[in-house]
Amino acid sequence: MFTLEFTHPDCRDVRQVGGKAASLAEMTAQGLPVAPGFAVTAAGYRRYLEEAGLKEFATQVLDGLRPDSGQAAFDEAERVIAARLAGIPLPDELAAPVREAYAKLCADCGVDDVAVAVRSSATAEDSVGASFAGEFETWVDITGAENVLAHIHKCYVSVFAGRVLSYLAEKEIDPHEIEMAVVVQKVVRARAAGVMFTLSPTSGDRSKIVLEASWGLGLSVVGGEVTPDRFLVEKIGLGIADRTPGYKHIEYRRGDAPQDVPEDRRSVLCLADEEVTALAAFGKQLEKIHQAPQDIEFAVDEELPDGKNLVLLQCRPETVWSNADRPPAFDASAGMMSWITGSISGRTAPPASGAAHQH
Amino acid sequence: MSTDSNRFPFFHEAKAPGGAEGWESMYPYYLVPSEETRAHEDAQFWFADTMHWSRGCHPFDSIGAEAVYLGVGTFSTRIFALPVSLGLDVRVKNGYVYISPLGVTDPERIQERAAVFQKRAGYYYANWDELYGKWKTKMEGAIASLQSISFQKLAEYDPDHVVDEARGRSDAMALTENYHRLIDEFFAIWQYHFEFLNLGYGGYITFFQFCKQAFPLITDQSISRMVAGVDVLAFRPDDECRRLAQLANDLGLVETVTAEGTTDQLRSALEATENGRTWLASFDETRDPWFNYFTEYGFTHDQETWNSNPAIPVGNIASYARKIAAGEDISRPIERLRAERDEIVDEYRALLTADEAKQFEELLGLARTVFPYIEEHNIYVEHWSHNVFWQKCHELAQVLVDAGFLANADDMFYLNRFELDTVLSDVVQSWAIGVEARGKARWAAEIERRKPIVAALQAASAPPAYGIPPQEVTDPFAVMNYGVTTERVNDWLGASDGESKTLNGIPGSLGIVEGPVRVLRSEKDLPDLQPGEILVAPITAPSWAAAFAVATGVITDIGGMMCHAAIVCREYGIPAVVGTGFATARLKTGQRVRIDGKAGTVVVLDDEPAGTTTDTRAEDLGVPAAG
Repeated sequence: MFTLEFTHPDCRDVRQVGGKAASLAEMTAQGLPVAPGFAVTAAGYRRYLEEAGLKEFATQVLDGLRPDSGQAAFDEAERVIAARLAGIPLPDELAAPVREAYAKLCADCGVDDVAVAVRSSATAEDSVGASFAGEFETWVDITGAENVLAHIHKCYVSVFAGRVLSYLAEKEIDPHEIEMAVVVQKVVRARAAGVMFTLSPTSGDRSKIVLEASWGLGLSVVGGEVTPDRFLVEKIGLGIADRTPGYKHIEYRRGDAPQDVPEDRRSVLCLADEEVTALAAFGKQLEKIHQAPQDIEFAVDEELPDGKNLVLLQCRPETVWSNADRPPAFDASAGMMSWITGSISGRTAPPASGAAHQH
Repeated sequence: MSTDSNRFPFFHEAKAPGGAEGWESMYPYYLVPSEETRAHEDAQFWFADTMHWSRGCHPFDSIGAEAVYLGVGTFSTRIFALPVSLGLDVRVKNGYVYISPLGVTDPERIQERAAVFQKRAGYYYANWDELYGKWKTKMEGAIASLQSISFQKLAEYDPDHVVDEARGRSDAMALTENYHRLIDEFFAIWQYHFEFLNLGYGGYITFFQFCKQAFPLITDQSISRMVAGVDVLAFRPDDECRRLAQLANDLGLVETVTAEGTTDQLRSALEATENGRTWLASFDETRDPWFNYFTEYGFTHDQETWNSNPAIPVGNIASYARKIAAGEDISRPIERLRAERDEIVDEYRALLTADEAKQFEELLGLARTVFPYIEEHNIYVEHWSHNVFWQKCHELAQVLVDAGFLANADDMFYLNRFELDTVLSDVVQSWAIGVEARGKARWAAEIERRKPIVAALQAASAPPAYGIPPQEVTDPFAVMNYGVTTERVNDWLGASDGESKTLNGIPGSLGIVEGPVRVLRSEKDLPDLQPGEILVAPITAPSWAAAFAVATGVITDIGGMMCHAAIVCREYGIPAVVGTGFATARLKTGQRVRIDGKAGTVVVLDDEPAGTTTDTRAEDLGVPAAG
């Protein structure tokens, strides 16, 4: 199996698809929506290296390298291997299922040549683990099957980048232990986006979920460039307790430069009630999974059909209130409270008999 | 008269409404603001208790103000020694009842009272269910005792048994004795009323405060949903209407019970058939006690009960019967409501630390222990006891008519309770001596003088407050029961300047709704209420429940989140804003408003009742009005 959709059960296997793809599949499996896509498996990468004896070729080149070989030697190895890989495209056996998976993704999204992000999802032994995060590149806004294949190819080549090779040498890791699975995921085209906290960030109230959202991508909210709309949701019952329209004068459509929002849309709420409620339900679910209040980035994708257009982008533990010492809910200094609890904690004699109405 | 904006007028600054001059002499002296007590009165903050007396009260009816505030005072001040509050002082001003919370500020005195309070309240909290059980027995005894009082006509000769049993005293002595007993029993019942109420509110508020501290943004409604009873006595009269509506459907009597006509006509129609008789038997069985139910709270002698005006429950039954016939399910899903309540509680508790969860459980337990009393006591006191009390008063009035002292039975209520005592002495003594009552002409003239005064008092509405408001309203009764909060008081101060588009009140029941309003001063006008309208009333007692099937929202002049209007609206899921102060005075039937039951706001959407506005607008634009 060279491709696995996020919805496929096997896609949750980190050995087959790498950490990044596995976590996206895991969220999908739990009903938490991420932007749709698929993984090109580690097996696909292995199949590519088998092509025309690439693995043996690479091994020969790499065998001459030692941790103290110097950066120039690593860069030379990159050049030699890259030159060889450049001449060898993905074999049909691998390219065909990728083309098929991409076509299905386009069909699912209802968009021809849907723009995707291509990102590495490297697998390795657990001991190597997360240290690879950030070592590999991500490409966004890739359109068309041939471009997607080209960028998967780029991912494969990136395993043999000079800085990666020297890093691996320093850690005494055989580059062949790295297997490059690849994530191909729809790029979010945000009609609106924002941040959600599964508690009230101003009061620390854990029975509330707060969402802040603005038009376009979430950059304007995170960067504080607009006054976002603010929604206060009851965690219990998911009723919307409050909606405060912001003033959203700019929006990011693509992530580079912001553009003006027409005056008549600036104060209009950017999320519908059903969207707010559905997002809050996801927030509540994430908090339950992680057993702690969460800080979540989300978007409403304008290309995806209604009902499938809510996308969770990031999720991390909330830190401010979760780590703060909360004053106890029971305040013994609050007059009536202490007198009454004082009076219910004390043992008292049972009532005497005979309290009938007498006249 | 000028007042600065930090206070309301003082009592002595307010003039009597035209035609009501001299009203002061009608009430017991200690209920009327006076020159001697002016320094105290001017220093206090007084707010109108229009929840219990929505109109200016007849002299006799002021007995309720005495009994209620004697009850509050004894239990707050002397029996349970609430650490920071004494009783509520009370005055009648221009016929309306005003009350004033009295706080304790001296720290030493607070400490001393706290010690007494903990010991005494602890006893009640620890034995609540048992003592509350005794309370019900006591109340039933008190009602039976009231019921046993009778006022017999003064006959030409004392009955034979006076001689046969050698009683040695006239039966007429019972007239004054029983009058005193009637008054004493009434005061006793109002003692019982407050035996549990202060502690009940206290227990409830403690859970409330805990939740506010644990979840700073939690709404009052969410807290009360965790506590509120699902199947309580307060809903029983309305549940009985639903039951009878269902029975009418089962017996094929929907057309009969929904037909136009008087209740006498309905009764004849029902008696004509086997099924009709079955239904009628069930209806009559329900009437006592469930329809011994006042349209408001039974604080005035002239208020109707469902039994004295059966058209009210019959109207409710008919409206439910139509709904059932139309296929609607009107039963209250008790099991589901209970399951939902438990689920909410579980979810909130899961958000707490282990220690907090333990306290949460304990305080929720306390709140749930005390809450049935808060919800149920009105049935015993305001409805059942008052019903008997007023029946006996009317019986006494008839004796005075029969004795030739009064022209009409209702005239008796123009005398206050002390004047009536004097009159009874006069009547009995004159009867014994064999002369016409000596005060007959004098009281007849006085009653004639008072009639236009009471009419003038009732025609005027009550300003929401007098005197100097506190920086913060902290009295729990004022806040919880009357909805008199710091914000509300500030609104009143501001609102007296001019007309505003917004009325602020207490969030009573969640939800936002827009629609035309229907201003009703009395439950008798309820048939005017049309589907889709928002009900505006001085108060809404639980007996208005059937109106909630018609109204899309409720606005009241007075009441807090714990008032009956709010409790019942939450139960029926109707948005409500209570305690607005001025809604019945400000709003006109037909005006469109938006009410927000969460924010506690009422926004007027158009200035004039619908229809007028549309026409004017069309003319202004030079567009011919369509249709």
